[in-house]
Amino acid sequence: MMTDVILVPKVQHKISLEAEVIKPDEFAGKTIEEIKELPVYFGNTVQKLGDFFEVSGSAEENAENLRIVVEGDVSRVKRIGEGMTTGEILVKGDVDMYLGARMKGGRIVVEGSVDSFAGQQMRGGEIEIKGNAKDYLGGSYRGDWRGMRGGRIIVEGNAGKEVAEFMRGGEIIIKGNCDSFAGVHMKKGLVIIEGSVAERVGAEMVGGSIIVLGEMANLLPSFKIGEVVEGLKIDGREFPGKFRKYIGDFAEGPSVKGVIYKRL
Amino acid sequence: MATITDVICPFCGTLCDDIEVVVNGSKIESARHACKIGNSKFLSINDIPRPIKPLIRENGASREASIDEAIAKAAEILSNSKRALLFGWSSTSCEATAVGIEIAEEIGGLIDGTTTVCHGPTVMAVQYVGLPSVTLGEIKNRADLVIYWGANPMHAHPRHLSRYSIFPRGYFRERGQQDRELIVVDVRKTDTAKIANHFIQVEFGKDYELLSALRMIVNGGELEEEEVAGVPKEKIIELADKMMNCQFGILFFGMGLTMSPGKHRNIDNAISLVKNLNRHTKFSIMPMRGHWNVTGFGEVMTWQTGYPFAVDFSRGYARYNPGETSANDVLQREEVDAVLVVASDPVAHFPRKSVAHLARVPMITIAPHHSLTTELSEIFIPSSMVGIEEEGTAYRMDTVPLFTRKVIDPPQGVLSDVEILKRILEKIREMR
Amino acid sequence: MSELVLKNGIVYDPINNVNGEKMDILVKDGKIVEKLNGNAKTIDCSGKIVMPGGIEIHSHMAGGKVNGGRLFQPEDHVRFAMPKTKVTRSGTGFSTPTTFLTGYLYSKMGYTTGMTAAMPPLMARHTHEELKDIPMIDKGAYCLTDGNWFIMKYLKNGEIEKCAAYVSWLLKATKGYVVKITNPCGTEAWGWGKNCRSLDDPAPYFDITPRELVKGLVEVNEILKLPHSVHLHANNCGRLGNFVTTLETFKVPNGTKPAAKRQIMHATHIQFHSYGGDTWHNFESKADEIAKAVNSNKNIVIDTGTVTLDHTTTMTADGPLEYYLQSLTHLKWMNRNVEMETSPGITPFIYSRKMPTASIQWAIGLELSLLIKDPWQVLMTTDHPNAGPFIRYPRIIAWLMSRKYREETASKVHKVIYDRSTIDGIDREYSFYDIAIVTRAGEAKALGLSDRKGHLGVGADADIAVYDINPSEIDPSRDYKEIEKKFSSAAYTIKDGEILVKNGEIVQTRYGRTLWVNSKVDGELEKEVMKDIEYNFKRYYSVNLANYPVREEVLTRSTEVTRSASV
Repeated sequence: MMTDVILVPKVQHKISLEAEVIKPDEFAGKTIEEIKELPVYFGNTVQKLGDFFEVSGSAEENAENLRIVVEGDVSRVKRIGEGMTTGEILVKGDVDMYLGARMKGGRIVVEGSVDSFAGQQMRGGEIEIKGNAKDYLGGSYRGDWRGMRGGRIIVEGNAGKEVAEFMRGGEIIIKGNCDSFAGVHMKKGLVIIEGSVAERVGAEMVGGSIIVLGEMANLLPSFKIGEVVEGLKIDGREFPGKFRKYIGDFAEGPSVKGVIYKRL
Repeated sequence: MATITDVICPFCGTLCDDIEVVVNGSKIESARHACKIGNSKFLSINDIPRPIKPLIRENGASREASIDEAIAKAAEILSNSKRALLFGWSSTSCEATAVGIEIAEEIGGLIDGTTTVCHGPTVMAVQYVGLPSVTLGEIKNRADLVIYWGANPMHAHPRHLSRYSIFPRGYFRERGQQDRELIVVDVRKTDTAKIANHFIQVEFGKDYELLSALRMIVNGGELEEEEVAGVPKEKIIELADKMMNCQFGILFFGMGLTMSPGKHRNIDNAISLVKNLNRHTKFSIMPMRGHWNVTGFGEVMTWQTGYPFAVDFSRGYARYNPGETSANDVLQREEVDAVLVVASDPVAHFPRKSVAHLARVPMITIAPHHSLTTELSEIFIPSSMVGIEEEGTAYRMDTVPLFTRKVIDPPQGVLSDVEILKRILEKIREMR
Repeated sequence: MSELVLKNGIVYDPINNVNGEKMDILVKDGKIVEKLNGNAKTIDCSGKIVMPGGIEIHSHMAGGKVNGGRLFQPEDHVRFAMPKTKVTRSGTGFSTPTTFLTGYLYSKMGYTTGMTAAMPPLMARHTHEELKDIPMIDKGAYCLTDGNWFIMKYLKNGEIEKCAAYVSWLLKATKGYVVKITNPCGTEAWGWGKNCRSLDDPAPYFDITPRELVKGLVEVNEILKLPHSVHLHANNCGRLGNFVTTLETFKVPNGTKPAAKRQIMHATHIQFHSYGGDTWHNFESKADEIAKAVNSNKNIVIDTGTVTLDHTTTMTADGPLEYYLQSLTHLKWMNRNVEMETSPGITPFIYSRKMPTASIQWAIGLELSLLIKDPWQVLMTTDHPNAGPFIRYPRIIAWLMSRKYREETASKVHKVIYDRSTIDGIDREYSFYDIAIVTRAGEAKALGLSDRKGHLGVGADADIAVYDINPSEIDPSRDYKEIEKKFSSAAYTIKDGEILVKNGEIVQTRYGRTLWVNSKVDGELEKEVMKDIEYNFKRYYSVNLANYPVREEVLTRSTEVTRSASV
């Protein structure tokens, strides 16, 4: 049995609130009053979750059976679901940066759009975004060569630059279009772009697969053109139609294993 | 008349340290050995009128104020802020930056430098792939292949070529220029390109592709395309061969590479190319840092906070993520509620949307001269010129530290950046 | 200044042969004294260990290369952060902590002095600017001399006295404390992307071998009568089969007499120099061979460079080594050849328990500590951050004091250690007295600082560490976790008679001294050498001579150690 804790934003603010406490792991076993007391960071101050949200519903003892529903726009609330391991979050609006960053399990659904760094260094679980995602979706932290390692991200809309940056595992599906440098420095994992993709897809990738169903801008000169494949099967998924295989990025050296399949 | 030797020029990242300044009373007569821009920087202290008294703007009108009043008011604004931005720093001393960091930490604000709008992408790329580099003297003594990519030192760093790269005689390059080859890669034939042995014209915004092609060749691959970025295949292969077969190569790059499409990934690819070249020969790479102490800002930031720019102290310790904590991002999201500008002119250089927010929030500016930013500031505190009227530490583009000299007294009543900032910090602490 | 009595502590002070005696330590005006007359503040130390403050002999804690490591690893800095408090500044960084944090972390462990291991002369100002921002401890910097054109030329020409005069000038100009040699001649070869792979492999063009350079600098060091011996990072660091080079290197100073009562050579981070095998598949520990050599040579002191099995950063003036490491790991790589002097490099490194190599490296560090009989000859370091961050010292102490702890860790690393190291067969466990030697007393002696540091005798600096450990109640062999915990968090750290740390928390911050050697040589000789210096600066350096020396003002509490040379 799932129980819900409902958060309704009650104040408008330009400064982004940092609320990594919004995750089932934190709420589980707490009373509504206790949840309201959880710390959130606002500019240089520490405040309470209850100062920014009406909190209602009831929290389960077990985070696994807990769903947090955010009713409204949280486009200025960062770090929702950061590091979560289980349970569910449903956001009925837009979300700020780092949604589900370093997430290990559970599920997040966003009915609106998300800002940059969603699913950063994610290890497990699922993120579903009905709107668009900004830059570095499923990417890494600055300087870190270990991006997303597991889990799945689905974006119904479009995604920004550097999707799957330094990806090391897991799956990202973009149903709309994707901006430049998708899969940059990718090593493992799967990216599926159902719409079109901008330039420099697969830049500096050394492994992993990118499937492009729509249009693809000019490929980098350091990719090699491979054979045409009829009907694609990857990680248990099937893609009908003819695909052109490209291998790269040979800028990285002679033994690279990155693959881009472009539907013809 | 007095001549002061071994003066360090506080104009660009080349940080020439052989300037001889002739001082006559309260005027600087000349700055020997300096380039045109360096010279004019020294002579600018003679400019009249020089702002002396702090200005405070109230109800649309400016009035003169005492230094104490200006400092107290500045401290009040910063102390009451929830998300202040401290910006600038590339044209002041490391000592001033250090006080700036302490203020940012004290008030839980953000601190960022002009790096954010010049070589920020370089720093981000360095964080992904590293930076095989050398000091400039190594280049003078050893380099037989010099490449400038998206950089035009003839205009931006006029003595770079004569002091460090092409013209000087070095220990292993006794004949100077004759012992070296100069290649320029740029979107147009710049003045630097005109004196080069080879000029490679790259299509605008296609540097990344050209770099990828070069890397593929250097790593033993074969280029299939006949032309990349407007450069014919043979020319690319020739360039790769030159790079692999030199004895000591250096790739200098400028804003042509950092600010064109691809930004940090252009630099990532350029650095990776140089890394790959080290399998064949000795090759290094260096950003042509602009403002004289923009490198020093990054160094102090790094040893004190752990990050080179775009630092957010809102949680009492430093956090960093350009794109989130960088000046233009917080300004354009309208998060900032107070601004302190030191030795910089963001109003003249920031995107319109950022400037619009700067106009909206209280801004304090510390600078030696009037600028668009001081015009828009609530409080303007005139300061002395570091490197001319004050001494202080600076870092050259190759991270060599130099202690800049004082050659003349500042106008009476004008304090240094360090002094002003220290007094603001003291005042803030009093208020807490 | 205040007076202080540390009452009834159990004192370990090896320099004064005090081994776990219950006694009082009296402090006045920052010094240890025999008598007090005023009303001193009393600290009850009953049931607690009292030792001299810890001394770090080899740590990359400040300077251009360290900052390079910080700059290009934001991912290291998100790993660990300490917010500002009422008394402390904030800091970040796990393997490359920021300056303030570095001081605090040393102080929390009861350390009161630390030496930064590698300062390129041209970058000396940078090193001192960072040292200026390292609070809590006294400090000093080692001046790199390995690829120095002046030195190579003088020694090649047999001009040993001129070389000595130049080194004397260099120490003064850079405010250095030690003559440091990193990969002798190899760092010049790296100017061309090359290396020197044996003691007889000469630097290109300069045609001088590492053997000649090391021998010459050992002589120079003794002519100058410097407090420390030469501090050598030998050739072939981190390379397969390098123990042969290391053993050869130990013999190079033979025939030269130390000018003071100390070793003739300090060979650093020997863990990285004790490797056998010729492929990574037969890579093995040669720590036993190295230990044998050290056991039969009283003139050598080493520090260990013990691997702590962490994700850390490697950084050294040994540029070719860093290039080699990144070619193995394919991780980011920074390099910074410094004109006419040396060639630092940096790359991250993960010592994974699952890796045979890292596991053997871990074993080697401990084998060295345990197989070398005389603890005065084998000082404890991690070559911070190369083999691990210095914050792991308490863990190493616990490993050294407990065979059981070593066995427990051994069971979690790659089993290859049972075949290719001797760690499993070693019963030896360090006593608290041994620990006091390898973490403070031995360092003070090796550094020529034992007149004022590393002991608790009358006249010493009142740099004291108190640990909440009762030796009569604890069995370190069994309670190793407790040992690790207590050494991580000093009950008191007292610096110059002031309490800086209490119960592991910083209660007060202070800036320590910066030690440097004011080396004096004959005036005429110095003048002659100045002519060479001026000539070469005009032609080959990229800065003017006048802008090269570090001004004393940048040093916190500048403290010169004067030494008059025999020339």
